[in-house]
Amino acid sequence: MNRLRGLLGDVRSGGTGRSLAILVAVLVLALVYPRIVENLQDLPLVGDFIPSTGSMVVMIVFTMMAVGLNIVVGYAGLLDLGYVAFYAAGAYTAGWFASGQFEQVSFDFLSPAPSGAAGIHISMWLVLIVAGVITTVVGILIGLPTLRLRGDYLAIVTLGFGEIVPQFVRNGDSLGGFDLTHGTFGISPIDSLAVGDFVFRSESNRAELYYWTAVGLLLITVFCSIRLRDSRLGRAWIAIREDETAAAAMGVPLMRTKTWAYAIGAFFGGVAGAFYASSKAGAFPADFYFNISVFLLCMVILGGMGSVWGVILGGLILGYLNVEGLATIGSKIQEGGLDFDPTKYQFGIYGVIIVAMMLLRPSGLIPERRHKIELEEGVHDTPLYDVVHEGAVAEQEPTV
Amino acid sequence: MASVLVRLRSSSISNTIGLALVGLVVLWLIVNFVKTPAEVINVCLIGLTNGAIYGVVALGYTLVYGILQLINFAHGDVFALSGLFASTVIISLLGLDKDSSVIVIVGGLLVALVIVMSLFALVNATIERIAYRPLRHAPRVAPLITAIGVSFIVQNVALAFYDVNYRTVPQFIPRTNVFEIGGVSYTWTKLAALLIVVPLLVVLTWFVTSTRQGKAMRAVAQDTEASAMMGIDVNRTISVTFLLAGALAGAAAIVYLLQFNMRYDTGFELGLIAFTAAVLGGIGNLTGAVFGAVLIGLIQACNEGLTWLAPGSDWTRSIVFGILIMILVFRPEGLLGERTPEGA
Repeated sequence: MNRLRGLLGDVRSGGTGRSLAILVAVLVLALVYPRIVENLQDLPLVGDFIPSTGSMVVMIVFTMMAVGLNIVVGYAGLLDLGYVAFYAAGAYTAGWFASGQFEQVSFDFLSPAPSGAAGIHISMWLVLIVAGVITTVVGILIGLPTLRLRGDYLAIVTLGFGEIVPQFVRNGDSLGGFDLTHGTFGISPIDSLAVGDFVFRSESNRAELYYWTAVGLLLITVFCSIRLRDSRLGRAWIAIREDETAAAAMGVPLMRTKTWAYAIGAFFGGVAGAFYASSKAGAFPADFYFNISVFLLCMVILGGMGSVWGVILGGLILGYLNVEGLATIGSKIQEGGLDFDPTKYQFGIYGVIIVAMMLLRPSGLIPERRHKIELEEGVHDTPLYDVVHEGAVAEQEPTV
Repeated sequence: MASVLVRLRSSSISNTIGLALVGLVVLWLIVNFVKTPAEVINVCLIGLTNGAIYGVVALGYTLVYGILQLINFAHGDVFALSGLFASTVIISLLGLDKDSSVIVIVGGLLVALVIVMSLFALVNATIERIAYRPLRHAPRVAPLITAIGVSFIVQNVALAFYDVNYRTVPQFIPRTNVFEIGGVSYTWTKLAALLIVVPLLVVLTWFVTSTRQGKAMRAVAQDTEASAMMGIDVNRTISVTFLLAGALAGAAAIVYLLQFNMRYDTGFELGLIAFTAAVLGGIGNLTGAVFGAVLIGLIQACNEGLTWLAPGSDWTRSIVFGILIMILVFRPEGLLGERTPEGA
């Protein structure tokens, strides 16, 4: 175990040839996965537990969101309980710009939709970016008034937004007579990803195509996440996480730095949401509820707050349990004659994971070194004086 | 005086916006009152009663927050679980139903209150002991995250025992009116709620203000270290606080159960409403919690019950959270609270 940890530490610091080799091996395995999955599923004993390519897409999308959430929670130490709002914003942006939702207009840009089709149809690749940008704006709008607050207050406000956004999309089918979100039915169908006339969804191997795209997006997210962590901004986030007072005293602009964390975290949530909406061809309000936010938070905690590799591991484990694992385990249990359905209690299981991790191993499966030290040695979490407020005022009105 | 003026000036923009919003709400109420006076009064009575129930739950949040600065997410779910358990006690254990005589019903309810309150006081204190106490010195988000986990666990315990069905109790308190004056009416079920809630609040106030243990609680809330130096057993005081909060959740659940049906996830939404009420009144402030809860109850009832330009129950959650966010942004110390470094 120590050996493994050491290796992962090397990967983290960009390290040696050996860890690079492991990284490449994992990557190759990930890329050929759809082609070998059937062989893997034929294996005795473990074969039943191997997720299908379609399930892998969902797992990777959730992992991508967890990596985005990790920027907010892990790096900057801002507890965000409303990440589902960004997921919803991304999915609905895809719904608005790449479906027949606005049938009053007909607009087509580089999309595979037949010309003259009702609604706005922009190339899904562009929509991914648009969704990221719009979600970022949403994140900044939510962040600006609320990031002045500390810790648990911030958690509650984000929880509030996480509840308002889904209710808004559920009730948004007659806003002054205008159908913005199509209410409980959601927006469907949403356009597929496509290259020219090569439409992913109409190909026979669409799961593979979406899978490879998802892996690509996850790699980009992870790359950005690591580069951000090592940047000036990332160091400012970690400084704020460790001691807001000291960070402010050292000249870190609190509001701006926190807002960036929020905005960038939101960006990845939005891209992941839009991608997921495209892969399942719809955005449905039933997908966006508080439990998803906690589910994502659980991934971050299980893997290790602030540790990118840990969060990927945590995301894949919990994503697997959510999509296939619990159902598979449940059917095994029932075959064994016990009447117990773990999928019914899935959030109770996540609750147990959260509590157990916080009590027994708060730094996660693959701890990030700094965060571990913080947790073990403690930080000065109580402010000596009202630095948040004064910092914010000083930023806006330097003359005061 | 001068400092008040300075404060007014420095926050004049947000004050203006806040006052304008309150003004709009008042205007909306007046128009509604002119159109349908009896309905507005009815709705306000409903709001008042519901607000009283929310208040008892909100007190649980505010007591714990006051002493540990912890948002006890699990509180709403403890409330729901105790309500479900109360339905078992009332129906199966005590066998109350609507044909029982008045004395049996009143006595039975009191017995049920005692059983449920004491059991869930213990449950709540056990949760603190197992899940929160080991994290006393961890960074502040650690117990908060744990509380979310505990909330899910408690919810699933309720799911395991009571499944997804709604539970209710027989209508042994008549739905007839206590009084009816020109379209304004008030039913016995609502009066029963107030008859349980008001004495509870009186006892709680007496406990916190006049007993040694209550004094210890206030001291620990003010300054943990100093009170430990004065010889107060901090751990014991915190346990007592959780006992109190659990008992309040149990009582609130029985009152709630008399009027509404509950299931395993009732506690989530109700807990959030109650928490909002606690923040609205100024978290950590006991009077504030009840005041905020009544206000939230009124707002909710007006939103769902009035006819002219009311958004309706589809939007209740958004409105409650909108209020929460605006309170935290404009006046984080709450309506009756004092300014603290945390919220400012």
